[in-house]
Amino acid sequence: MTTERDRPESLLPLPPATFHILLALADEERHGYAILQDVEARTGGELKLSAGTLYRSIARMVEQGLIAEVTRRRAPDDDERRRYYRLTPFGTAVARAEMRRLAQLVRLARARGLSPGPEPA
Amino acid sequence: MRFYRALRFYRALLRLYPAGFRAEYGDELCRVFAERAALRSGPLAPFESALAALADVVPNALAVHAEILRQDVAYAVRSLRRTPGFALTAILVVALGVGANTAVFSLADFVLLRPLPFAEPGRLVKLWQATPAYSRNEVSPANLRNWREQSTSFSAMAATTLRSANLVGTGEPRELQVALATPELFGVLGVTPARGRVFTAEAEGEPSILLSDGLWRSQFGADPGVIGRVVRLNGVPHVVLGVMPRSFHYPHSTTEAWTPLLFREDDFQDRDNTYLEVVARLKPGVSPERARQDMARVSAQLERQYPVENEGLRAHVVGMRDDLARDSRLLVLALCGAALCILVLACANLASLFLARALHRAHELAIRAALGAGRERLARQLVTESLGLALAGGLAGVMLAAAGLPLLSQLVPDALPLAGHATLDLRVLGFACVLVLVTGFAFGLAPALRASRTSPIGALATGSRATRARTQRLRAALIVVEVAASVVLLVSSGLLIRAIVRLQAVDPGFETAHVIAVRTALPTNLYGVTQRRVAYYGRVLEAVRALPGVTHAAYVTGLPLAMRAGIWKATVAGEPPAQAGEDGVGMRYATAEYFATLGIPLRLGRDLAESDTRAARPVAVVSESFVRRHWPGQDPLGRTFRLADQEREVVGVVGDIRVRGLEQTSEPQVYLPPAQVADSSIIGYTPKELVVRTAGALDPMSLVPAIRRIVRAVDPEQPISRVRRLAAVLESETAPRVIQLRLLGAFALVALLVAGLGIHGLLTFTVSMRERELSIRRALGAGEGSIVGLVVREGLVLAGSGIAIGLGFGYGAARAMSALLAGVRPEDPLTLAAVMLLCLATATAGSLLPAWRAARIDPVVALRAE
Repeated sequence: MTTERDRPESLLPLPPATFHILLALADEERHGYAILQDVEARTGGELKLSAGTLYRSIARMVEQGLIAEVTRRRAPDDDERRRYYRLTPFGTAVARAEMRRLAQLVRLARARGLSPGPEPA
Repeated sequence: MRFYRALRFYRALLRLYPAGFRAEYGDELCRVFAERAALRSGPLAPFESALAALADVVPNALAVHAEILRQDVAYAVRSLRRTPGFALTAILVVALGVGANTAVFSLADFVLLRPLPFAEPGRLVKLWQATPAYSRNEVSPANLRNWREQSTSFSAMAATTLRSANLVGTGEPRELQVALATPELFGVLGVTPARGRVFTAEAEGEPSILLSDGLWRSQFGADPGVIGRVVRLNGVPHVVLGVMPRSFHYPHSTTEAWTPLLFREDDFQDRDNTYLEVVARLKPGVSPERARQDMARVSAQLERQYPVENEGLRAHVVGMRDDLARDSRLLVLALCGAALCILVLACANLASLFLARALHRAHELAIRAALGAGRERLARQLVTESLGLALAGGLAGVMLAAAGLPLLSQLVPDALPLAGHATLDLRVLGFACVLVLVTGFAFGLAPALRASRTSPIGALATGSRATRARTQRLRAALIVVEVAASVVLLVSSGLLIRAIVRLQAVDPGFETAHVIAVRTALPTNLYGVTQRRVAYYGRVLEAVRALPGVTHAAYVTGLPLAMRAGIWKATVAGEPPAQAGEDGVGMRYATAEYFATLGIPLRLGRDLAESDTRAARPVAVVSESFVRRHWPGQDPLGRTFRLADQEREVVGVVGDIRVRGLEQTSEPQVYLPPAQVADSSIIGYTPKELVVRTAGALDPMSLVPAIRRIVRAVDPEQPISRVRRLAAVLESETAPRVIQLRLLGAFALVALLVAGLGIHGLLTFTVSMRERELSIRRALGAGEGSIVGLVVREGLVLAGSGIAIGLGFGYGAARAMSALLAGVRPEDPLTLAAVMLLCLATATAGSLLPAWRAARIDPVVALRAE
């Protein structure tokens, strides 16, 4: 398992839900519901994760070492029963690797003369 | 508030998740779900929430399970790859248990359980005429008619009788197995034809025939236009009325066609003329028991009405399934018992294997538990592993069963109205699945869990010694079970060997070497005139006897052991009337040279001769036991007795033979010359077996083409239906036992081997555990011999306990199957002694290697390691 952890590329391509959860935790630690809201807001309501999908992803990501539960309390105003998650250094590395993979894909498409065109209304 | 109901529903649904996942994330899941649900509004909100709950939990729970399964399988494969010996042994043991039981169950299912292929088979019963001597005599037409009129329990009663008839006009002349059936038969059985129609109660204008599916395909090329076609049966044109469905076989699986059985008034005259097999359908709601009482009343009434013919006669009413299975039941049950022994053995062995493995892995499991893997998670892991092994073993076992079934199917008698042979169908595969689950779960998981129950701290510390000792005791108990199971199998197969040896040593009274039998059944309608038949026999026998290498040839009604029936009353004038069943004799018609052909010794007087015609006085040759019965110590030649309404003079005495089977002495035999019978009388006894003996080196089978040519030259339309060696007829007496013995013997040997390996494995482990103690003994001066003795003694104590228990069960099993043992006593000392010796020898062999290893322990090295 450690060998997999050493190589971020071994987890690519990431499932969309996983990538979005990584993004949601990129700037700050969040609890589950906050992750859902963040993902929903960022995708303009396109991606609506259900509770089960969220925690199944979280369970797997914890196992893989992409994220970790925050053990110390973060802010006094927070509900103390909530469980917070943060990005691990390995999680950051994996998110970066996925970004590079996606950027590479976009570059390849542009090189072929494809352009995204105007945003659909 | 409605919102709380949705939440409760969601919480209940969470049970679909694995417990570990639920414990970890359950509360969080509920909180998120609640926050979502709170946002919904409107009249449909609760409904929407419930729907959302379902859509959320079901697919995600499945995904989590699948993920865990994937991990567990990968883990199991890794860990089994590290111990391939263990994996292979476990798979083999499961394959053995599942294979043996699947094969035997499919046979038992076929012979004993599966509903017969008739409508409402539970309402079908067979009826027989029971005398004090024998409960399953055929029924006379007169009694059938009275039964029908006077009984109240049956909605209909039908009768059949078997004939062979020659079918001409569809290629080579061919002998057909025909059942003559009363028109009620198809209604009673609830069967409709696949094509055309069945015959009706009204007498048909012209003879008609129904074809079996098999005959329709083989002889008529599955021609759909066969209905209405005319075929010649024994030279008489018959109209094809219909074709029966493929699954229809009655009364036997070998029956190929049905023609109407219609009685004329004179068929009802003779109450002693019993030849009908009767089947009846109970009225709805009538139990077989009530039908039995009903028939007892009818029988008693008939006995009053016909005090002479129906004296002591009762009706035997028996469920069709029970009637069919009577011969095979014991055989199949014995096999079931043996297969069960194998299953017990396999389970014990598997449990022992898993226990040993659990001990090895106690450390690993403890570490995983200490690292936070819950008990549920560990248990799941172990289930995956043991079920995986059981599945692999089960698959191999089912293949084993499929391979073994053809052998097993030879045990199924022809006389069943069932098609083909036992097959592995879905029911049987389902049974195999249950077996796999039982072996895998109960005997793989339980011991492993038991071993893993010790607290992580205990297992990690050296305190595991106590666990080990406890586990070793359990393993020892399992070995005792294994030895006991193999002893049961060994005792049963040992007794069967003795039974077969005893049977094969029985002198049947005739010699089988160099004798073949060829059947040419003459059609009764063409050969009703005695003179015509006798002329046919004369021409065929003259030509066959002239063949080079033939020493003797003769015609006879039926071969001994093949034709067992044919019991007639013979009375001697002046003797007091005999007890019921005490005056029966076996009756055959035989031409000259029959005794010489079969090697039956002529003790007194002369052989039957061609000169014994209707012009001469009626004569008979009788067997020695007939003379003993009627004229003990006197000269029987020239004395007379009465048989079939005719006074006959004894002209010769021959040796007794076993007609009814090797296990019992037969009633006395009477042989009559075939020429001394009225035209169209006693036609069922018309000689049809041509027996031929050759000299020394010539194989009589090589004569068959020449015999075929001779028969064709005498009558071109006469088929030869059956060619067999007399030796084969004799062998078929013991054949089912031989097959059964092979199976039981194979089971027993495998069982013994497995038990021996079990002892070996256990002792090896014991020795490694007791290394310290043994080294101290060595250091204190114990010799190698005493150390070997110590270990071997432990093996022998285990074997001894197993033998003691096994002998008890083995005796019980032998008692239950005593009918198969041909008089060998269940406590036969030779068998029991041989079994004990074999077991002790195996136990010793299993102990020797560990013992030798124990003796080689170097006390210095071993103690320093501590």
